[in-house]
Amino acid sequence: MVRSEKGGHISIHNVSRIFEDNAKQKIVTLNQVNLEIEPGEFISLIGPSGCGKSTLLRLITGLDYPTTGSIALDGEEIKGPHYSRGLVFQDPTLFPWKTVWDNVATGLQARGLLKNKKEEVDTFIDLVGLKGFEKVYPHQLSGGMAQRVALARALVNHPKVLLLDEPLGALDAFTRMNLQDEILRIWKERGTTMVFVTHDIDEAVYLSDRVIVMTPRPAKIKEIIKIDLPRPRLRNSVEFFEYRSRILETLHIVPDIPQPEYTI
Amino acid sequence: MNVEAVEKISLKTEDKKPLSIREKTKVALLPVVIIITLIQHQFLPDKQIISVQPQYSWLLLIVLFFSIVLIAVGFSNKSVFNWLENKSPFLTFVFVILIVWEIITQKLNLLPMPFFPSPVKIFEAIIKDKGLLAISTLHSLRLLFIGYLIGALVGFITGILLAWYQKFRYWVNPFLRLIGPVPATAWIPVVLVVFPNSFSASTFLIALSTWFSVSIMTWTGVASVSNSYFEVAKTLGANERYLILRVAIPSAFPSIFVGLFMGLGVSFVTLIVAEMLGVKAGLGWYIQWAQGWAEYYKVYAALLIMAVLFSCIIAIFFKIRDRILIYQKGMMKW
Repeated sequence: MVRSEKGGHISIHNVSRIFEDNAKQKIVTLNQVNLEIEPGEFISLIGPSGCGKSTLLRLITGLDYPTTGSIALDGEEIKGPHYSRGLVFQDPTLFPWKTVWDNVATGLQARGLLKNKKEEVDTFIDLVGLKGFEKVYPHQLSGGMAQRVALARALVNHPKVLLLDEPLGALDAFTRMNLQDEILRIWKERGTTMVFVTHDIDEAVYLSDRVIVMTPRPAKIKEIIKIDLPRPRLRNSVEFFEYRSRILETLHIVPDIPQPEYTI
Repeated sequence: MNVEAVEKISLKTEDKKPLSIREKTKVALLPVVIIITLIQHQFLPDKQIISVQPQYSWLLLIVLFFSIVLIAVGFSNKSVFNWLENKSPFLTFVFVILIVWEIITQKLNLLPMPFFPSPVKIFEAIIKDKGLLAISTLHSLRLLFIGYLIGALVGFITGILLAWYQKFRYWVNPFLRLIGPVPATAWIPVVLVVFPNSFSASTFLIALSTWFSVSIMTWTGVASVSNSYFEVAKTLGANERYLILRVAIPSAFPSIFVGLFMGLGVSFVTLIVAEMLGVKAGLGWYIQWAQGWAEYYKVYAALLIMAVLFSCIIAIFFKIRDRILIYQKGMMKW
């Protein structure tokens, strides 16, 4: 597989994030997180909701700052948002006043490079399979298509890292599986480092090289599970289920077998 | 088969269907009522004296001619016919009003003069005073446009600065809140003294009245832009300039247009009041002047021109808005 570019290396060192609520109470959202993400790796962050996985992602984008510790991309400390780290939200947040083409072109336009790189925009629209939809406005797109546009928009700057915050969370099961394969294909083609936040265990096992299981607040890394399965992975294979149940056990959400309340 | 093809076929079958009597009478009503208007105007004896009898009849004849031509075209062109069928009842109603109005005024003299002139008398004002009316209209338009453009532009910039810079908000917001709600026309006595001439004074007043609503709505629009738009733009490499010009402003457009529309309404008011009280030109002045001579038919003529003029401006405004907010097609409800 020819990789068109190299992914970035992220090192998260002793990162904590403490928020203050209205009553000046300190809320520790992230506690002493250490993690190395290898170039071109596909990482999933998984954990109960409100456990700070999105906070960690925001810290990597540079939209938020750690209270202590530091995060570096390829050895350089992250000090704010930068186009080398692309972001995709659960809500596609496409700019409603821009067509698909203009939305995808945003990154190049913002950096003043659009004039010489117009064909780049077409390439990425093609990459996410939306050729022919260039002139369509976001409100005319389905949820899955909108998320494809959001992907293309994030990729147009050739980011070293792509950060995805539950990007498929709002989609139906079929669209979701379809887009999982698309994301894998794009990842293989481009070699971008992927950090994927999800609360869907199947999704994490299906996509990732490593699954980072986090504890409830204050979030720490509970366990890192390396998924040693060849791709394309079979969602119904025995090994797949083994990984799945291992994550479930780590998260303590495998219930005891329910006892009937009545006696015969 | 796709929907379009089905539509085409159904349209074709409709074409071949002969027109029903109901449809025919609906369309035929219009020329009939115009002819009745013409007959009563020509042959009923007048009780009020009017000097433009033949011109009014000629106007009716021209309208009659056009309606007949339209109907003739309509019989071979389905879309023209549909338009006619749709509009014909209303236009007929308009002519019925004209007939009743003319009969109770000019023909029977039932309403007190000079306050309630006949439609023919109002038409007389337009014919006889056309030069003065045209100049007045142009004066009003010039004042309105200059004042409105300045007000909208300054309001737009004020709104963006208010939304974006906390310091600016701290210093300017109190003034905006204090001065903004005062009707601009209340400043007329002061402004007429402060400004060198009545034109600049009125321009200022119109700009002031537009400024308030435009700046408030621009501010609201920019302030309520979803933060995730800014975040996405930042991760795509946007600087502050890009965030303001390419994210905040377009995102606030729907709200800005509400402000521009409100400003336009207020600017009409300010324009006419300013012309009535200070400026020696324009439709507002014309109304005031005609009233002074108790020539109410001229007042009505000016009102008619004003109605047409302002509706046209509003229509153009909506056309521009629809162009710019095209991405909202299907979502916009005003």
